[in-house]
Amino acid sequence: MFPLHQELGARIVDFGGWDMPVQYSSQIGEHHAVRRAAGVFDVSHMCVVDLRGARVRAFLELLLANDVGRLRTPGKALYSCMLNEPGGVLDDLIVYYLAESWFRAVVNAGTRDRDLAWMRRHAASFGVELSERTDLAMLAIQGPEARAKAAQLLAPEDAAAALALGSFSGRELSGWFVARTGYTGEDGFEVMLPAAAAIPAWRKLNSLGVASCGLGARDTLRLEAGMNLYGNDMDESTQPFESNLGWTVALEPAGRAFIGRAPLEAIAARGSRAKLVGLVLEDRGVLRSHQKVLAPAVGEGEITSGTFAPTLERSIALARVPAATGASVQVEVRGKLLNARVVKPPFVRFGKSLIG
Amino acid sequence: MSNVPADLKYTKSHEWVRTLADGTLEIGITDHAQHALGDLVFVEVPDAGRVVKAGEPCAVVESVKAASDVYTPLDGEVTAGNPRLADVPETVNSEPYGAGWLWRLRSRPGALAAAGLMSAAEYEKLLEAEGG
Repeated sequence: MFPLHQELGARIVDFGGWDMPVQYSSQIGEHHAVRRAAGVFDVSHMCVVDLRGARVRAFLELLLANDVGRLRTPGKALYSCMLNEPGGVLDDLIVYYLAESWFRAVVNAGTRDRDLAWMRRHAASFGVELSERTDLAMLAIQGPEARAKAAQLLAPEDAAAALALGSFSGRELSGWFVARTGYTGEDGFEVMLPAAAAIPAWRKLNSLGVASCGLGARDTLRLEAGMNLYGNDMDESTQPFESNLGWTVALEPAGRAFIGRAPLEAIAARGSRAKLVGLVLEDRGVLRSHQKVLAPAVGEGEITSGTFAPTLERSIALARVPAATGASVQVEVRGKLLNARVVKPPFVRFGKSLIG
Repeated sequence: MSNVPADLKYTKSHEWVRTLADGTLEIGITDHAQHALGDLVFVEVPDAGRVVKAGEPCAVVESVKAASDVYTPLDGEVTAGNPRLADVPETVNSEPYGAGWLWRLRSRPGALAAAGLMSAAEYEKLLEAEGG
């Protein structure tokens, strides 16, 4: 896809060894295109792994903190953390249930090597085979008009099937895998397709009025949507309960032994010392990762992701703070203390502000 | 192509300096700089009365992505920070050499000539060398 991004005038950066487009025209313009109409992102750097074997479900019950037992309808997707033994987050991923002997995982590019090694280590005893789908490109088409536009890439019967997909579900359609998922807080599709088909699809989307969007807009959209970024908001040194990911940890059924379960049960019983919250800056300025957060009479924390939020026209952040932190904090920005309100993410959903 | 007005002086760190009618100096960032930074969403300018040393960070321009310092090319006393930028920071993007100026400075007479800043032609060469 690189020549196309160059042709479209993208500003390119190295992202985990991949040359990725950061922005095409204006990062804010691309952000608004997704909130108001539709945009397309090249997310081919994401690592797609097919997991096959008669005991693949049992393997994933061990590997993932969320419970693949919840996946009963083929095509259904589950968001989960993959933990290490002490309960730290090795990665967050999406897993699709395609058939009883075939699941598909989508993991982060930056953790690819470690994830694959970890999966292989545990897959052997289940007889599960991993195959990385480097033959597939991945496009995310997101926004209120995204599904209708993206459906025009498909033959009529496939388009009808794609438009019938429920949220967080996908299916294979004539060699393309179309899923109603995303990382923006808007409706849309993520499409895995043969690499050779990606450039023509992109051009067709552009011709239908879908804006080319880069990683810059992807970051502001996901942060407004209150979605964590691996490596910023959580990593192997943090556990899900202090990462606003407790909802993805399935301690029920009690009998399911998953990696990291024992330490997480202990934390669930005594309560986590820290929590990941949303911040809305009340003063002028921009919150950035690693700025110090002061919770009066409670303690200190740190911003894990911060930005200017184009939809809200103010700065927002995710911050890890002591569990007892109340409704307001101060953030140290270049030696000054700025006031911020503590909120529960998301900040924006389906184009609308949720912060009041 | 970046716009590089002929009547201004330039720094290697992409600031420009204009001499106003009353002899004070007006400082901003170049068209090349604003383009490289992208959409600006917050600008912090110095207060009038602040005494600054050449090379000192005096303003901060923040895009969606990152915060960048802007350095004063000359010693002097700040006579004004651009008040407009608190509400309309994107003026730096749309009018980098006009309404998007950052601060004004009173410097010693002759300081600008002595500072060895670049002419427009020299700055254009620098941009070419930087591949921009």
